[in-house]
Amino acid sequence: MSGPDPLLSAKGVTKLYGRQVGCKDVTFALWPGEVLGVVGESGSGKTTLLRCLAGALPPSHGEVVYRPRDGEAQEIYAIGDARRRALQRSDWGFVYQTPAEGLRMTVSAGANIGERLMALGARHYGDIRTTALAWMERLEIDKRRIDERPEAFSGGMRQRLQIARNLVTGPRLLFMDEPTGGLDVSVQARLLDTLRGLVRDMGLSVVIVTHDLGVARLLADRMIVMKEGAVVEEGLTDQILEDPQHAYAQLLVSSILPA
Amino acid sequence: MTAMLTVSGLAKSFRLHLQGGTLLSVIERASFDVAAGQCAVLAGPSGSGKSSILKMVYGTYPCDRGEILVTCRGGPVDVAKADASVLRRLRRDTIGYVSQFLRVIPRVATLDVVAEPLIGLGHPPGEAKERAADLLTRLNLPEHLWDLPPATFSGGEQQRVNIARGLAHRYPLLLLDEPTASLDAENRAAVVALIQEARREGAAILGIFHDAEVREQLADRTIDVGDFAQAA
Repeated sequence: MSGPDPLLSAKGVTKLYGRQVGCKDVTFALWPGEVLGVVGESGSGKTTLLRCLAGALPPSHGEVVYRPRDGEAQEIYAIGDARRRALQRSDWGFVYQTPAEGLRMTVSAGANIGERLMALGARHYGDIRTTALAWMERLEIDKRRIDERPEAFSGGMRQRLQIARNLVTGPRLLFMDEPTGGLDVSVQARLLDTLRGLVRDMGLSVVIVTHDLGVARLLADRMIVMKEGAVVEEGLTDQILEDPQHAYAQLLVSSILPA
Repeated sequence: MTAMLTVSGLAKSFRLHLQGGTLLSVIERASFDVAAGQCAVLAGPSGSGKSSILKMVYGTYPCDRGEILVTCRGGPVDVAKADASVLRRLRRDTIGYVSQFLRVIPRVATLDVVAEPLIGLGHPPGEAKERAADLLTRLNLPEHLWDLPPATFSGGEQQRVNIARGLAHRYPLLLLDEPTASLDAENRAAVVALIQEARREGAAILGIFHDAEVREQLADRTIDVGDFAQAA
């Protein structure tokens, strides 16, 4: 009984910063429609790994292989910058912890959402605006704020805007780095709910980095636990949370505050 | 009758790294099988490893040794060795697990919570919601609650939503961990009737029921987990 082909695979991905290890020898596969949580404490290499996977940081060793909509699986650093950038605009999204990194703060909310559509060739202003309004509604952002700049938005609304900006082109794969990191608990819960619905409705595959096991519990089908740049345990979310095997995974799970 | 589930030589211990690496042995050697259309009840005192067995069969607990063969369309699959993608697929179409606790999904309406597993299997939403409505009716959950998320429901109501969700798809193998605990007599009878119906339709059922009356109504066979604690 073998599953379908993976959408994304990491094979021995290692990133060295001089003699400092970012991540080392990370191997896993992500299947279509699957949400993979990458957990571990600060400095464990989660973000380095995510950037390697997302085409933003070439690994020192190893391969990142992506299977496009209608084609052969390809190593994403071997296909050339233009092709990789095209994938980043159409097939993938990247949600930063700090919305200011993923948004253009000095243009309107509507323009932020429309930018990826225009990069893919959309030219009709009315259509772009209609699509932007629909995505604001889907992410529960007040549509009357379409002409405001994200500078005027709260942290939670900025994050929703960043997600809308990423999803407007219907990507298949979303990378998220602590997407609920800087938010109040109540704002965080609502955003997680929204994300959960979007993942299910759009059939998205997701790699989400978080130090918060509660976030992983709510969103992830499967988890990898990282320590000092290496994967120490991998398994279904309920397995990692209920019966972690590695000493560090046990420590991490025992540190969750009861809900 | 062919076995739907065949467990052999199963062993489980917990290594407690935070308690100086203490090794806690729970199951030394468990072997049994459950046929389609049969309900086997795990019996034994609290702490004897009944829930651990269910969790190993579901893939939540890795086991130390042994085989957990589940009959699938493509042939038997060993849960003990299956990787995450295979386990996810087994859980989607073959193995159902119902405990007394609802894992609340915030802001999703009750009817959708119950219909979700069927929609995930590709059933048309209308048909899935019809089945969900039928189950909720039989479990006496008032219709005015169906459009609300179950997060604010009472414990007993949440438990019935959970049972409806767990039984919505007709899983060939059902793992039931005290699904009737703390329900009143009327609702307990409704749950028992649903489980009997699943069995009639050919499900293999492995369950834990503390209530003696429920056990009597459901058990075709009792498996004494106490026997699994000593090495054979």
